[in-house]
Amino acid sequence: MHINIERVSHQYETKQGMLPVLKDLSLSINKKGFTAIVGPSGCGKSTITRLVSGLIKPTEGNIFISNKRITSPLSTVGMAFQNPVLLEWRNVIKNIVLPLEIVSKNMSYSQMKSNALDLLKLVGLQEFENNLPSELSGGMKQRVSLCRSLVHNPEVLILDEPFAALDAFTKEDLWDVMHKLKKERDFTCILITHDLREAVYLADQVIVLSGRPASLQYDVKTNFNEENKISDLYSPEVTELLATLRNQIEIAQNKND
Amino acid sequence: MTRINNFIIPLLSLIIFCLLWELLVWYNGWPNYKMASPSDLWPAFWKFKYLFLIYGWETLWRTVVGLILSVLVGLSLGIMMGFSKTIRIGLYPILVGFNAIPKATVVPVIALIFVGMHNMNTIIIVILISFFPICVSISIGLSTLEREYEDILLSLGANKFEIFYKIALPKTLPEFFGALKVSTTLAFIGTNLMEIIEPHGKGLGHLFDSGKISADYPLMFAVLITLAVMGIFLYYIVVYLENIFAGWAIRK
Repeated sequence: MHINIERVSHQYETKQGMLPVLKDLSLSINKKGFTAIVGPSGCGKSTITRLVSGLIKPTEGNIFISNKRITSPLSTVGMAFQNPVLLEWRNVIKNIVLPLEIVSKNMSYSQMKSNALDLLKLVGLQEFENNLPSELSGGMKQRVSLCRSLVHNPEVLILDEPFAALDAFTKEDLWDVMHKLKKERDFTCILITHDLREAVYLADQVIVLSGRPASLQYDVKTNFNEENKISDLYSPEVTELLATLRNQIEIAQNKND
Repeated sequence: MTRINNFIIPLLSLIIFCLLWELLVWYNGWPNYKMASPSDLWPAFWKFKYLFLIYGWETLWRTVVGLILSVLVGLSLGIMMGFSKTIRIGLYPILVGFNAIPKATVVPVIALIFVGMHNMNTIIIVILISFFPICVSISIGLSTLEREYEDILLSLGANKFEIFYKIALPKTLPEFFGALKVSTTLAFIGTNLMEIIEPHGKGLGHLFDSGKISADYPLMFAVLITLAVMGIFLYYIVVYLENIFAGWAIRK
């Protein structure tokens, strides 16, 4: 599933009038690719996730998934956010099967459960299947949220800063969980993040957006893949890449001023 | 241990309350027509024990039926107002204004409209007095649902009903039960307003009125205490239901 965003502009209606957030943004994401989108805060990154998932329509321009124009939500998309938004009244397993209850209504509960358990094992939470979300730590909740976003085998996974609220160590654990999931389930992924190291470690393409209204400012391939380790982040090449990205972000911020 | 404590502690506080009450009356030397003491109540109960049973039951069933109907009215209005901003801004002033009207003044109006239909009159007053907290809490709960909760399901192509049924409704249950507790106690006020203001010879309100007419003050107090006990009883039924349906929201 390659994704094409073609000359997309978007604006929101606010009390102060129309607020343009995206302007003439074009970018393409390879099939099975992992693209990280970074940019100054408030530049419209989350708007991209809502556009690609079909939750909102762009004011101008088109978005295509596998050459098919998106006009409404697709059941082949999975989403996870900074807030894990687990349903507190459901235990872990029942939280994970939620998307299946919508997109695969004919699937038996035992089949749903076994799909969910497979993912839960992958993220290392199999003993917690019957716990309530209130009994889990922040990192565990985010793992469950990732399982939920993947349980219906989506072709596109959209992650909107899912690791932003976690402490540094938990974050790095979850990066490796993400590598594992990407290796096991082959999806196309869009990751919105503020963390350049995270972008470089997880993605094979990093996109820097300019300040609001955002357009494409910088687009770079990384040489990272699922086999890389955290320690690889400290190589001279990566340090250089991070410096370049940081520089691009600074340019984007100045433009905003 | 905690189970026993949950029973013993409220019981102890009740006993202490009665002792202080008795002491207060005894210390001031009040006669029972000024303020009855707990020790005056039991004879009053005993003397009218059958009436307490019959009238107590009449008051109880009308309150419960009224409460169930007010849940239905409150839920339906709350759901409409929670989902549609137009309905919300349209209905709020009317509901708030309506709730601000003292219900005692509505009693004669209702009694005149449905003259002689005492059960129905009483139940209508119960509904009018207790639907409001439920309606407000449901509409606020639904209209403040975080966008991400909707997005998880909307991005999969779920319809409005699925979002309501799978997320919005269960998520609003704790607020609903909070409001139901308020409504439960209000419901007794509703029943007794009708029974006292428009006496039809039914219910504990009528017994209270008879106590007033015959200057039997211990009887009046005994009625009030019975109402309090029935209120506590219904309240704990709501707590029990809350534990079943929204137990996940209660901190252990």
